[in-house]
Order: sequence, then structure tokens, then C-alpha cells
Amino acid sequence: MIYTLCFVLFLVGLYGVTCKKNIVKIILGFLIMEHSINLFLILLGWRKNGIAPVLEKGMSADILVKSAVDPLPQAMVIISIVTGLAILVMMVAIAIRLYQKYGTFDITEMNKLKH
Amino acid sequence: MNNLSLFLSLPAAVAFFIPIVSRRAKWFPDIVANLTTFVLLLLSLLTLNREIVYKVGNWPAPYGIVLVLDGFSCMMLVIINLIGFLVTLFSVEYIERFYTSKLRYYSLLLLCITGMNGTILSGDIFNLFIFLELALVSSYALVGFGCTARNLEGSFKYLVINLLASYLILLGVALIYGKFATLNMAHISCMLHGGDSNDILVLFIFVLFFVGFGTKSALVPFHGWVPDAYMSAPAPVSALLAGGIIKSLGVYVLLRLTYNVFGITPMVSTIFMYAGAISIIIGVLMALGQWNLKRLLAYHSISQIGYIILAFGIGSPLAMLGGIFHILNHSLFKSLLFLNAGSIEYETDTLDLNKLGCLIKKMPVTSNSALIASLSISGIPPFNGFWSKLIIIVAAIQAGKPVFALWAVIGSILTLASFTKFQRYAFFGCGKKYDESRYGGVAEVPSLMRIPVVVLAVLCTITGLLLLGGLNGIFGPVVNVLAGGYISYISEVLGQ
Repeated sequence: MIYTLCFVLFLVGLYGVTCKKNIVKIILGFLIMEHSINLFLILLGWRKNGIAPVLEKGMSADILVKSAVDPLPQAMVIISIVTGLAILVMMVAIAIRLYQKYGTFDITEMNKLKH
Repeated sequence: MNNLSLFLSLPAAVAFFIPIVSRRAKWFPDIVANLTTFVLLLLSLLTLNREIVYKVGNWPAPYGIVLVLDGFSCMMLVIINLIGFLVTLFSVEYIERFYTSKLRYYSLLLLCITGMNGTILSGDIFNLFIFLELALVSSYALVGFGCTARNLEGSFKYLVINLLASYLILLGVALIYGKFATLNMAHISCMLHGGDSNDILVLFIFVLFFVGFGTKSALVPFHGWVPDAYMSAPAPVSALLAGGIIKSLGVYVLLRLTYNVFGITPMVSTIFMYAGAISIIIGVLMALGQWNLKRLLAYHSISQIGYIILAFGIGSPLAMLGGIFHILNHSLFKSLLFLNAGSIEYETDTLDLNKLGCLIKKMPVTSNSALIASLSISGIPPFNGFWSKLIIIVAAIQAGKPVFALWAVIGSILTLASFTKFQRYAFFGCGKKYDESRYGGVAEVPSLMRIPVVVLAVLCTITGLLLLGGLNGIFGPVVNVLAGGYISYISEVLGQ
């Protein structure tokens, strides 16, 4: 159920990217898509009443495996957030430069390449 | 040379140090960047015919990260680093003339090469995604490097379409982790073929990957970014895009995933064949009407990728041999053509075929190498493009698919037609708006720009002769990797 909600969030982002004409809205659409996938990855490793995946003194490995959350998706999400930030900065930089050149954020008016 | 991490750490470290050091020393970025790419080329030649599985941090295979070198990735490494070296050599004079910030350019170029090397070597699907993003982010910046309105527009279009594809791939990776709880590609393949492989979820994941990597390899339904990105990029970057990025990030990963991880099925090979054939025809038809030289070359890139994908769709060993040979050939002649376009732009400041003319007397090296490349790409013997296309067509007929062979032949003839136009307007004759007075000062380009062009032209001629001296001996290991399917890949990486 909750995975389906993540997928719906992904589709909302996809709608923003494909159907909106404003560059800022397109960038927001990409952000929504990225965070829906991050959320999905986190939820994959989540478990109710889970504990941190650290083996403390006096704890057997069995209990850890049974009750700890999966740490790997969390590591993946951190890396994914960092790459997402790099791309966001790139997108915003290009958007600002485009606004300086064309005086608008509307992508339908940026058609110099075709002429 | 067992330490595969050098392919990643060396260019990344140099890319980091160039902006720091070269504020004082103007000569630093040129020399160091060229030296680095040359060392990378030598290192990649040292790995020829080796099979190495490098464990990062010495963790065993399914748990840690591995870098895998086999026949296929070895060949791709040599291609990428060869094109990377020649492109850096060409950039020395070209960037000086058109752009301002050399240190940022080299820094981004080296990061891009790092990303491509990482994508090729990675045996872990999430790392593959990270390296792919690294290469793409730096190439977005490189495409829009001039910061004029056109450059930025092309860059933004490239960014939007490729980022959409990247997020589809990331979703696929997340779903794979959810289903199989592993990220190692060989281990995924192991789990996939151990249980129920006809799952609807697996099909969905495959579709996500096909769309994602199909976009990056410029197949036809997803090709919208190609002409704009190639047109707005600086010429050396266009050469790198055509010769390196779409090969390593798109075609290589697509083939690796279909052949070595998911396993090739009749349905997949049919999709490949149709996608390839449609790419051939549509790419070449759209190229026929173009008057901008780089845009024309970009559309031909789509159609040549079509040949490669068609060959792998047919899937017999002969067809795979042709496809792999065509990957090499296309990298050589397409980078050569883009570098020639850069030389023409360097001297005449225009790429409009209507305004060009009579360059054969003024620029003999450029025009002769462009002639060799044009003959290669349109499939005239004895140059390399003829042999690889011939092998693909013969394989198509042998496999009982004469219709696809016919499409490939038609595509080749139309390619010849549009390159005749290029030769006629740029070199032998002149365009309608040709103005003699503007061309008084046009001469041959500086010698540093001539070297890469001549090297590529010689390679185009030599690789045509490979057929005499044992094509199978050179490309045999590559075909074995792909024809072995997932079983040999699993046994190589995991050692089972």
C-alpha cells in the first residue's frame, strides 16, 4: 500500500516534468521524482519497531538480524541525495542563465536552435 | 596492471587539482590533462586480453563493490580512452580560440572520462548509476560550456531528457533491491535465473532499464536530445559524446544488462531488431534535410547506433562480431567527422553548408581526412565501415531476416547520399550563399589539431584491414563474453 503511494508521488513528478511549461516547475517535478525514489528505498529497509543495525555488547547476531533495519538502502539514499543536489545546482544554474538570455521561464519560447 | 581503481582515481584526482594549481601557471592544464589521458590510454592498452575482478576494500564479491574487467569492458575502455586522449589533444587550440576558461573545461572533461570508465568497469548496479550520473552531470556542463542562448537551450534539453531517463533507471535499481536484496549484477542474475524469471515485476524492471538506457544510447523513440546537444556542444565535446558517452553509458550498459544479467529472450531480440531498423531509417532520413554540419552528423549518429542494436538483436555470433566491430568503427569515424567539423568552424566560423565551399585547396589535411571518414561511414570498401556493415547484413540474411538486411542496405545508400552532399558543398563545390571574400584568410589548422585528425584517419584505414588478419582473434573474447550469456558472467564474477 505505502509503496503504491510512493509510485503515485513518482507519477506526480513525472506529470510535472512532462506537462508543465515553466522551467521552475520542471525542476520541482524532478525534485519530487527523486525524493519519491529516496522514500521508496528507505521504506524498503524499514521495519516496525526496528533498532539501529549496530551489534552491541551482549547482543547475539540472531536478534540483530531479526530486529534491525536494513542499513544498505540508507547508505544508498545518502549517495542519491548528494548526486541529486549536484544535478539540482546544475539545473538551477542553467535556468538562471536561460532567464538572463531569454527573459522568460517558458520553454515554448526557447526555440532558437530550430532557426 | 591489476589495480583497476587507477582508471577512476587518476582522472578524478587530476580533475580536482587542475583548478587549484593552474590559477598561477597557465601552461599547467594543457600539459597535465593531455598527460593524464595519455597515461590512461597506455593503462587501458596494458589491460588487453586480461580478466580481472577487483574487489574494492577487499570485501568478497556479493557483499562488497567489485570492478569487473572482461573482454567487452576491456575493448570499451580502450575506445573511450583513445577518443578521450585525441579529444584532449584537439581541445588545446580549439578551446583557446572560442572559450575562456580552460581549467574548468579540462576539469569537467576529466570528470566525464572518470564517469565513463567507472560505468564500464562497475560490477554493481548502484555504482553504475552513480558513475553514470557523474559522467552526465559533467557533460551537461560541457554541452552548455559556451553559455550563449543556443548552448544553454541545447544543454537544458539534454539535461531534462537524460535526467528523466536516469530517474527511471534509479527506480529500476530500487525495485531490484526490493525484489532480490542485492546490488551485485552477477548475483542479481544468479537470483533471477534461480527462481521465477517470468515475473511481471522483472518485466517492468526490464522495461524501465530499456527506456532509460535506450534514451542514453539515442535509439529512435527516445532520440530527441541528440541533435540539439551535439549541435550546441563544442566540437571536441561532440566528438566525445558520439564516440564515448552514448557508447559507454547507453549501448554498453544496455547490452551488458540484456545479455549478461537478464538473459536474451526472443521478445527482447525482436524489440532490438525493430528499434535498430527504425533508428537506421529515421536517423538517415532526418539527416538528409539538414544544412547545419553538426546537426547532420548528429542524425547519422542515431542511424549508426541503429546498426549496432540491429546486429545485437539478430544475436548470432557473426552478427555480434559485426556489431562489436561497428561500435569500434563508429567511434573512430564519427569522432573524426566531429573533429573535422571543429576544424572547419575554427577556420571559417560557420557550420552552415550553404555558406561553406571550396575548402579542398585551402585545408588539404581536413578535407582528405573528412573524405576518408565519409567513405567509411557510408560503407565504401576498403574502409572499415564497409566491412562491419557487410558482416551485419550477411548475418541478417543468414539468420533468415532479409527484410532487416534490406533496411540496412537502404540506410547505407541514403547515408552515402547525404555525405555526398557534405563533400560537395563543403570541399569540392560551394554553397548558394558562398562568399569568396570571406575566405581569404582560411588556411590549414594548427599542427596540434592536425595530429588527432590524422591519427583517426589512419586508424579508419587500418581497421578496415583487420578483416585480413584475424577479426575473430581480436573480437573473439568480446563475442565470447556476450554469447556466454549470464552463466559465464556469474562464474567469472562470483567464481562459482
